[in-house]
Amino acid sequence: MGFVKGLICKECRKIYPKEALHVCEFCFGPLEVDYDYEGIRKVISRKSIENSPPNMWRYKALLPIDGEPTVGIHCGFTPLVKTKNLGKALGLENLYVKNDSVNHPTFSFKDRVVAVAVTKANELGMDTVGCASTGNLANSVAAHAAEAGLESYIFIPSDLEPGKVMSTLIYGARVIGVNGSYDDVNRLCSEIAMNFKWAFVNINIRPYYGDGSKTFGYEIAEQLGWKTPDNIIVPVAGSSLITKIWKSFKEFKDLGLIDKVKTKIFAAQATGCAPVTTAIKNGTDVIKPVKPNTIAKSIAIGNPADGYYGVKTTEESGGWGEDVNDDEIVEGMKLLANTEGIFTETAGGVVVSVTKKLIKQGRINKDELTVLSITGNGLKTREAIENSVGKISIIEPKLGAFNNLMEKN
Amino acid sequence: MAVKVRIPSPLLKLTNNQGEVSAEGNSVKEIFDDLEKNYPGIKERVYDEEGQLRRFINIYINEEDIRFVDGESSSVKNGDEISIIPAIAGGLF
Repeated sequence: MGFVKGLICKECRKIYPKEALHVCEFCFGPLEVDYDYEGIRKVISRKSIENSPPNMWRYKALLPIDGEPTVGIHCGFTPLVKTKNLGKALGLENLYVKNDSVNHPTFSFKDRVVAVAVTKANELGMDTVGCASTGNLANSVAAHAAEAGLESYIFIPSDLEPGKVMSTLIYGARVIGVNGSYDDVNRLCSEIAMNFKWAFVNINIRPYYGDGSKTFGYEIAEQLGWKTPDNIIVPVAGSSLITKIWKSFKEFKDLGLIDKVKTKIFAAQATGCAPVTTAIKNGTDVIKPVKPNTIAKSIAIGNPADGYYGVKTTEESGGWGEDVNDDEIVEGMKLLANTEGIFTETAGGVVVSVTKKLIKQGRINKDELTVLSITGNGLKTREAIENSVGKISIIEPKLGAFNNLMEKN
Repeated sequence: MAVKVRIPSPLLKLTNNQGEVSAEGNSVKEIFDDLEKNYPGIKERVYDEEGQLRRFINIYINEEDIRFVDGESSSVKNGDEISIIPAIAGGLF
């Protein structure tokens, strides 16, 4: 048995049963999972976690499922890499990369949320899963649905990168390209979700789904030797991940697993879609939606569902928000690849270049322990860099030809 | 000006389960004033205690978020469709 009491409205605290619900009927606020923390406290300890297999389910007591996970058993516990060259390049002495670009099975942090959501769909007896996606979620839902033997319907903007479309179709999913932005896709899916009674992981299963992101934060705290970093930079789309990282740190502290939380949380967006960092810079918590125009498609959400909470998180933690343009995004991707040998997608380029900006602004100091959240794999967004990575040298299969080439260089 | 208003499921009890109702007015604000006359209680659900539209509600005129137009003062014309949509994950009809 798990430790989920039910759902509760994040705003007016009205309580709901643990079903496929996500909006408060009274105030329209988002629902979140209501845990029995007293019960959790009795079973969880550093030792119980350390003795569990190296995957995200080592924190199962803090996840919103009632039984055992039914899919995605090997997800999570991705490397926390202490950087050598990137730190030097940025002038930071204590820089880490949390590398979810190698997450199992579809190479992004979305595997964490989907493993929880599809397990929950199984528990609720639903036979079809779906999602509105900018790509990474599409891959992950399709893969986990295949593993679970469920039907899947994946809705994406029709102009998505071909790599992300192919790597969704391979799992046998039904993929529907919608002529419009992610925000249009999302609205359409909300209507479909009401008519078809499917488990839309980021709509009616959202309260459960979102909590899968907490494991990204738990892992960082555990891998740092049971403490949280001074700074963490997080890519922001709908603002769910950034909010859940903050929640994960606070839960660990409340449960006595770590002593204190003194982490500044920084939001990173692309300038072509920056409703959250714009609000942060303007000192307001009112999000003005935008029409996205950026190569960072995986985080191009102009009307962020949790945007308000994203702003609150940076404010509460003493962090900030910054955004970078498309050229800077590509530079960021190249810098991480050139210095650490990690090939991340555009969202990762956003994180690297935003960090650079924050250092310049004096918001991050060189001796502070800083973590970059790298959430997706570069092989999925090759289009973004195809014109900026240089060309190969072509020669005849003769030693002389190679010698000539070397002389020229 | 007569417009169609699509009612989200949390508000259906107030409209006798009609998913779509008509209302009169020249702006979004006037539309809600008119709705309140026919379906008392609806304003309390859509506006907070300070008289602001609730943070977690988005209003659309023909698929366009009113925050891209003039907010509550956005003008409406005959035959427009107004949608009231919970902000979280886009909608709930």
